[in-house]
Amino acid sequence: MTTAALLRVAGLHASYGPIQVLHGIDLEVHAGEVVVVLGANGAGKTTTLRAVCHMVATKGVVELEGHSIAGTSTTDIARLGVAHVPQGRGTFIDLSVEENLIVGAFARKDKDIQADVASWYEVFPRLAERRLQQAGSLSGGEQQMLAVARAMMSRPKLLLLDEPSLGLAPMIVADLFERLGRLNREQGMTMLVVEQNANLAFDIASRAYVLEAGEVALSGRSDELRHDDAIRRAYLGY
Amino acid sequence: MPTNLSDEISTTISASAVLKGLRKSKYTIWALFGVVIALFSLYAIVTDGFELFFTRLYDGLTNGFIYSAMAIALVLIYKATGVINFAQGSMAMLGTFVAYVLIVEQGVPTLLGILIAMALSALFGAGIERVLIRPFDPTNHLPITIITLGLFLGINAFAGLIWLYDPRAFPTPFPSGADDYFELFGARLRYDRLGIWIMVGLMFVLLTLLLRKTKAGLAFRSVSSSIESSRLVGINVGRTLQFGWALAAAVGTLAGCLIANTTLLEPNFMNRVLIFSFAAATLGGLDSIGGAVVGGLIVALVETMAGGYIDVIGSELAATTALAVIVVVLVVRPNGLYGSKRIERV
Repeated sequence: MTTAALLRVAGLHASYGPIQVLHGIDLEVHAGEVVVVLGANGAGKTTTLRAVCHMVATKGVVELEGHSIAGTSTTDIARLGVAHVPQGRGTFIDLSVEENLIVGAFARKDKDIQADVASWYEVFPRLAERRLQQAGSLSGGEQQMLAVARAMMSRPKLLLLDEPSLGLAPMIVADLFERLGRLNREQGMTMLVVEQNANLAFDIASRAYVLEAGEVALSGRSDELRHDDAIRRAYLGY
Repeated sequence: MPTNLSDEISTTISASAVLKGLRKSKYTIWALFGVVIALFSLYAIVTDGFELFFTRLYDGLTNGFIYSAMAIALVLIYKATGVINFAQGSMAMLGTFVAYVLIVEQGVPTLLGILIAMALSALFGAGIERVLIRPFDPTNHLPITIITLGLFLGINAFAGLIWLYDPRAFPTPFPSGADDYFELFGARLRYDRLGIWIMVGLMFVLLTLLLRKTKAGLAFRSVSSSIESSRLVGINVGRTLQFGWALAAAVGTLAGCLIANTTLLEPNFMNRVLIFSFAAATLGGLDSIGGAVVGGLIVALVETMAGGYIDVIGSELAATTALAVIVVVLVVRPNGLYGSKRIERV
């Protein structure tokens, strides 16, 4: 890898009050890549994403395109082009579907916002059908589509997805990952995805990190990790 | 594709069936209200005649719009910060005194004086947010509530120190001579009272447009929906909350100026109104501006009508009756009439 990483995290520590959750994470995401973070419950996957966006107290290096964002506020990190879909999707449940999309482009100053809304309606026709409905009344799968579209409305450089499959039916999850994969192939969207469903994640990811107790236990290319015996037993279930 | 989404569609269908059921029960409740109100009006008109009924109705509406205006200010802070602002009445009182100084002592035209006082109040509200509210975690409500209580005492004492406790008459921007009224349904409706209705109505419409149609309004509604998600889309949460405080302070000052004309101006003149506005906001659902208006009107109409027509209640128990009605409504609808129910899917 010769080019500077889009996102570089080194020696990242994070804690909730007195409880330290991350003990020195090293991780890189290059432009155009999909990188997946795997790990058991409590390994620190969600905290890693939250630490990147400075939503928890952190210590260590976080760089976006070579510039440190370790001390930058969550709001400003979002404005720098990191779109984070949190666990639970972060839907604005009192706003309409359309308002959720428009607010996704809050930091943008250009005039193409309406055109972008229309193009995301084309990608997710379900959202177009429900554009004036309160977002809180959507089903889980629809809310996840809305969350992805809302994040993409900011035209981000990097998309962070925290367990997009959580609480969704297997068919919906497969459909969602197919769309995420297409987003990466067709629009070159760079993603860092936290996921329990390792099988699906490996399908779209080029590389993976495995966290254990707040540290990187293993990392490598998806196709190699997929055939790693330990990974297979722990995450793929065969 | 349809097969992928078939289970989703079925959940949507069952959800809409539930929604329809809810709506039906809402209609029943409203119909029940309507029948009670119609019967009461009939009884009232038969016992004391047309004129007295409409006189009381206009009085009730005037009080109602006043309570509504204050309740809107409370709802704005509640939506922004998630707390009841106990200092809202004191802030409005201070703004009204500023308007008094401008209009009565400096000779500024009444309406202009009120507008300037509203603008100054907005700055004051923004300042309070910046200095006293922002240092605290917005998700931890107790310290912020205590601060608003402190502000309540502090501002009242400060105003008492400067302006003392002599009641003063406050002007109205509308014609208010002895002959400035017209007859509607046999009862007199004064222009200055009608002016209050129009001012509050106009404020409600402008505020709704501001919140629905502008970018700042969208930011405000986003922050009141979810602070964390707002940060993640790049909304400056602190500045948005500040905007909410400024807006609430301006609305409160407008309410104060309208009220001061119907009562008299002195440092504690908002305390009684504030209690009814709390009640109105709670009845409306605390996070709904339209609900605050409806809540204010109901509280005031029950107060006026029950006090006027039911001898046992009289003027002594009128206020208590209004509060009792609220208790009953909240038993049936714990989130108030228009409060949003927090249902989240996981």
